Amino acid sequence: MYTQALNDPSSKIATVEEGEEKLNDYFMERISADEKIEPNDWMPASYRKTLIRQISQHAHSEVIGMLPEGNWITRAPTLRRKATLLAKVQDEGGHGLYLYAAAETLGISREEMQQQLLDGKARYSSIFNYPTLTWADIGSIGWLVDGAAIMNQIPLCRCSFGPYARAMVRVCKEESFHQRQGYEILLALCKGSAEQKAMAQESLDRWWWPSIMMFGPHDANSTHSDQSMAWKIKRISNDDLRQKFIDATVPQAHHLGLEIPDPDLKFNEKTGHWDFGKIDWDEFKRVLAGNGPCNRERMEARTKAHNDGDWVRKAALAHAAKQAARKSTRKAA
Amino acid sequence: MSDNKDMMPLWEVFVRSKNGLSHTHAGSVHATDAEMALQNARDIYTRRAEGVSIWVVPSAEITASDPSSKGEMFEPSGTKIYRHPTFYDIPEEVGHM
Ligand SMILES: [Fe+2]
Ligand SMILES: [Fe+2]
Repeated sequence: MYTQALNDPSSKIATVEEGEEKLNDYFMERISADEKIEPNDWMPASYRKTLIRQISQHAHSEVIGMLPEGNWITRAPTLRRKATLLAKVQDEGGHGLYLYAAAETLGISREEMQQQLLDGKARYSSIFNYPTLTWADIGSIGWLVDGAAIMNQIPLCRCSFGPYARAMVRVCKEESFHQRQGYEILLALCKGSAEQKAMAQESLDRWWWPSIMMFGPHDANSTHSDQSMAWKIKRISNDDLRQKFIDATVPQAHHLGLEIPDPDLKFNEKTGHWDFGKIDWDEFKRVLAGNGPCNRERMEARTKAHNDGDWVRKAALAHAAKQAARKSTRKAA
Repeated sequence: MSDNKDMMPLWEVFVRSKNGLSHTHAGSVHATDAEMALQNARDIYTRRAEGVSIWVVPSAEITASDPSSKGEMFEPSGTKIYRHPTFYDIPEEVGHM
């Protein structure tokens, strides 16, 4: 979202003689004054690295996230639902592109990031390694997965890195329709036949815990959190976000007449929050390590799409080169 | 960084949200040529009627001011407060001016 050519680290940097430490102090002063950091500003190498990792993984998640939902486009039950799902999946592709562009301002190319994904060196959100077995899953994804993503992304709109914050503002504007359309799908099922309602319940049973895990490990076990908070990349802790999400979502489930699959879930009058049961972190780690239900399938689909598109990219580049050559010979003549 | 022949060049996208307003920077896209850049920009930045006109500019063609010389570049205008209307005292009874 900024011109990449300006980011060549070998060019300039007029302030080198000031020394790294002084630069870092000045950087932290700007952070504490809530100033935005822009791509060509000096930043600690570790801040740059952290952002590249986070933004590219966020982008990969948007792109891989298209797969489980894309699975149902041809089988959506009505034309209205099909048009909606197509628009939603297209939005997710757009989110991926805004994010790749934001990461590129830090000096990494989109090709490099994509290669990291294909080589299995970069992660994407674990949630997309779960299968979409029924139509109700499209409802659950919109309601819970997009709902959790919104919770995560709203504070990122205030993130200290300008291009990431701006991309998040755009993304958040688009996300609210995603969550609403998902909830509407479940609402229709819950008002329908007993089988339809059972389908909605069964779907919630499978998606609830993975959605809760989307907020990441508990604060005490979160490796990158402290530094990210200090840099104001992260504004709210994993556990606080998770609690906010649960508090917002439980009443919505009750409105649907669905039961959340957690026997320990109960409202705590003292704190004003919903207490919830123990999260199965072994499952989280298993999926993260590549052994979820669909990890291999997702990577195969992504790799195939990338390889199948190879000739198209090459042809487009060849066409552009030919057109440019023709134009310059015409000018010369 | 984007000199590699196998990479699609980067373009900056400017969108006019409606007639009467100027084009503002919306983001960037990759494309092999201007026509593809326009099409990609339309798909990526105007999916919800955000625009009536799009400009695309090769990113490499943009010349930007150097952020490390922000001081020299913009300080002179910061100190010339007499360029602002509030610098001048006009008696209240004169009314709005
Ligand atoms: Fe998204
Ligand atoms: Fe979404």
